[in-house]
Amino acid sequence: MIPSTLEYTKASSIDEAVAAVAAGAVPLSGGQSLMPMMRLRLAAPHAIVDLSGIPELVGICEDEDEIAVGAMTIHREVAASQLIREHAGLVADAAGGIGSPQVRNRGTIGGSLGHADPHSDMPATLIAAGASVIAKGPNGERRILVEDLITTYLTTTLEPGEIITQVRIPKSDDHSAYAKFHRRAIDWTVVGVGVCIGDDGVRAAATGVADKPVRLTAFEAVLNGGGSLDDAIAKVAEGIEPHAGLDGSAEYKKHLLGVLARKAHAEASSR
Amino acid sequence: MAVDYTTQATGGIGDAVLRKEDRKFVTGEGRYVDDLKLPGMLHAAFVRSPFGHARITSIDASAALALPGVHAVLTNESLPVETGVLSASNPGGDVRHPEQAILAKEIARYVGEPVAMVIADDRYLARDGADLVHVEYDPLPVVVDAEKALEDGAPLVHAEYDSNLVKTLEHVTDGFDDAMAKAAKVIKLRVDNQRLTPSAMETRGCIGDWQEATGEVTLYTSTQVAHFVRTFVSIVCGTSEAKVRVVTPDVGGGFGAKLNTYREEFAVCAASHAVGHPVKWIEDRTEAGVATIHGRAQVQYYEVGVTDEGKIVALKFDAVQNNGAYNMLLTPSISHLTLFMVPGLYDIQDISIRIRQAFTNTTPTDAYRGAGRPEATHGIERLMDAIADDLGIDAAEVRRRNFIKPEQFPYSSATGLIYDSGSYDANLDAALELSDYAGFEARRAESEAKGKYRGIGLSTYVEVCGLAPSAVTAALGIGAPGWEHSTVRLHPTGKATVITGTSPHGQGHATSWSQITQTELGIPFEDVEVIHGDTAFQPYGLGTYGSRSLAVGGIALYRSLGKVREKARELAAHLLECSIDDLEWTGTAWQVKGSPDRSKTIQELAYAGWTSASLPEGIEPVLEATTFHDPPNFTFPSGTHVCEVEIDPETGRIEILKYTAVDDCGNVINPLIVDGQVHGGIIQGLGQALFEETVYAEDGQMLTPTFVEYLVPSAADVPEMTLSRTTTPSPSNPLGVKGIGEAGTIGASAAIVNAAVDALSGLGVRHIEMPMQPARIWNVIQEAKS
Repeated sequence: MIPSTLEYTKASSIDEAVAAVAAGAVPLSGGQSLMPMMRLRLAAPHAIVDLSGIPELVGICEDEDEIAVGAMTIHREVAASQLIREHAGLVADAAGGIGSPQVRNRGTIGGSLGHADPHSDMPATLIAAGASVIAKGPNGERRILVEDLITTYLTTTLEPGEIITQVRIPKSDDHSAYAKFHRRAIDWTVVGVGVCIGDDGVRAAATGVADKPVRLTAFEAVLNGGGSLDDAIAKVAEGIEPHAGLDGSAEYKKHLLGVLARKAHAEASSR
Repeated sequence: MAVDYTTQATGGIGDAVLRKEDRKFVTGEGRYVDDLKLPGMLHAAFVRSPFGHARITSIDASAALALPGVHAVLTNESLPVETGVLSASNPGGDVRHPEQAILAKEIARYVGEPVAMVIADDRYLARDGADLVHVEYDPLPVVVDAEKALEDGAPLVHAEYDSNLVKTLEHVTDGFDDAMAKAAKVIKLRVDNQRLTPSAMETRGCIGDWQEATGEVTLYTSTQVAHFVRTFVSIVCGTSEAKVRVVTPDVGGGFGAKLNTYREEFAVCAASHAVGHPVKWIEDRTEAGVATIHGRAQVQYYEVGVTDEGKIVALKFDAVQNNGAYNMLLTPSISHLTLFMVPGLYDIQDISIRIRQAFTNTTPTDAYRGAGRPEATHGIERLMDAIADDLGIDAAEVRRRNFIKPEQFPYSSATGLIYDSGSYDANLDAALELSDYAGFEARRAESEAKGKYRGIGLSTYVEVCGLAPSAVTAALGIGAPGWEHSTVRLHPTGKATVITGTSPHGQGHATSWSQITQTELGIPFEDVEVIHGDTAFQPYGLGTYGSRSLAVGGIALYRSLGKVREKARELAAHLLECSIDDLEWTGTAWQVKGSPDRSKTIQELAYAGWTSASLPEGIEPVLEATTFHDPPNFTFPSGTHVCEVEIDPETGRIEILKYTAVDDCGNVINPLIVDGQVHGGIIQGLGQALFEETVYAEDGQMLTPTFVEYLVPSAADVPEMTLSRTTTPSPSNPLGVKGIGEAGTIGASAAIVNAAVDALSGLGVRHIEMPMQPARIWNVIQEAKS
């Protein structure tokens, strides 16, 4: 990697990291997105602050209502967590299928959300699970629903100086699953769908079909209105116009939405 | 014949001995260009054109030069060398050879063409400097598609010519029209053999070191052809060839992409001359996507005349080859290899071939594993299935009816080759048996019951290898020969140094050459060292490509070993005081026939030859011999590959369930290496069939410069393969070897595509273009159903 000249610091506390980011540094978590962008010089930060030396950003714990996942927790830990498997199985599904073992041992849940790639697996599942993030900035902490976090390609509602410190996933008894499709065995997701089936209805979200992860509102509405799964699948792409690319036409991706929504729904129902 | 790796390996010919060079590679001890650091060395980065076609109106280097650590910014005008046509093939022939300056001169003709060069203290600063060079471009009209480039009114890639036509290859047999007129049926097929990016694990890289005081130039470079590079560096840099040394350290793969002479290789030498320091350049992966040659890129139109029984009576082949923006070392010659192999292994004597080569605003194309032959094989093997489908004849049977038969060898092909040997029915029989072809329909029904489409596909191939008899390269207008060099040198201790003109970059020559030496000269495998790739240590060598190393370089070695053995025999007769006719070779010693107590081992003779205390009349000291071997003919490996796939109609994903390959590469030196070559070759063919495609937008932008867009298969995408062999030794060389480096790639793509077409044949699908990514397959299914 031949990045442009930059300053590197490693923060040992959240406050130190926040101060560095507020001063213009770009936060480096697992490096699975930022580093490739720096390699291509699509990102050329003048400074980066490494978050890997902050112990409180790592780990998974619970309180009465939520699971708290430190932003620097790697995908492998999320995939292996019994707590997440029990209360938000689709998040564990997604974490266990990201990239390769090397990527899952480096990439983090907070980094995936902060990077906001529209093909990432994690954000869609966290949206379906109703998760939030805790963001900390110079003005203190605030909570943001993941659904409100990502606005478009590589863009979030984080304020300047804010970093994601924690992801909070509601503890639920929902049955949930994530289904995705990619071209090679190890590859970017073309389309992925997460489905949660609970007492209060069905929630579903998809990745790869827009400039950000999206709720499948038409699909949810049919099912929550008592309609059949077939009818819901027929409407799954309503209001969604995926971008055609080398990985497929818009029509193909809309078709995959249906295939994957059905698959995720079936898997969730069987759990 | 299944390979038994448990056979006790002693290191002789035919043994599955482990590769002696692998320890350094698997422990990270290999030394590649980027591992080399010379005193005072500076680093280069290139400014490359972001436009497919543009006039360079100004280059402002002031900001780059102001950056501390930047030593120079060079443009074509400021490079201190002669520039000119850098392509080797067809000099003075009927081919258009536009000037390819070292750095773009006035006009850039493809995205990634080098425009300026920044020299700095380190690689990072060089790249920072390159980002600060401000180039003004005036965009010009672009053409990327080769067929469109040949249409009237197409934008001209080189304005000095009246069209984008580089060259037309034509070959029509006398009886073609009559034969085609008599055909019971004519079947047509268009096949697009897509552009590929070679993607060696080690990208290119080089260090130029120009010594002002002596005028000597040393170039360290990741290449397959050190001597070619030396010749061209001397021409381009205006230096005596005797003053240029090219060193090839370990090379991490080439696949033909390093069978070339590149602008960057000249540029680092010239830059070293300009700045008075060694200059290193290492290509980064994204740069490799545009700066290193591409492969394939050939569109083919077939028309085949057949009898009602499926016998081919005449074949017409009309193709357009996309050469890219310039001709590289062998660009105009690649489709010659296609031309040779258009009839494949079928007895087709009436043929009409036309191949038009076109300039386009794209990275130049040249040799990529198989180089022109995969294109021919893929096309004819798709065509054989089209014939089978059209006439309702089994795909294996239609091939069998058209095969050249064993009794027809040596076989004169309609394209002027003499196929040396082969047993195509034997390959087919073995592959059908191993793949349980007969039991396929039951398996198809099983898949159908699960809602999946299952198909089986065949590819029967022959390739022309062992490039090349020098008379043939001359006849093709290539200004270079096809022989190979070897030297065998025995040391006083009885150990051997083998110097070879071949240039291994993954092929395991150190191992195979040691095995041949052990068998032919009795020097133990571990006592043989193999030297290659340094022009200071060897006479001219032609390098490694075209599955030539064993069939040409290995024979050069075999002949040198024989010369040493015979010289040793004269020495032994002298020392044992007998006639040479009284001696017999035991495999490790010369002994008096019937008298084991009267013998001299090769080690004893090496010592005696060195001490020279008592030499026979007319014999010079030292056991050493050199050979320049020019092969009398090509070799013709062949095989049958069978692929079985299952297609998920919901997603369009193709899963390869079974892959069977039966290859005839003649006699085998090391079964492990042969199997490794077949595995790797098949994976590259699979990559083309399922995933890989280098894509240009209409405006000349390259859409697949990284491995995010350009899908190279991973290990997890590779099916288990069942390999087997038949053996018909080549009569063209004393080892009976043929070559195996490209066979897998040549055989694989058609087997996989034929399987997919077969799977969807029930829907009326007759052809699918590559790569067969899921979205394409899903579209094919939707179109077939609608």
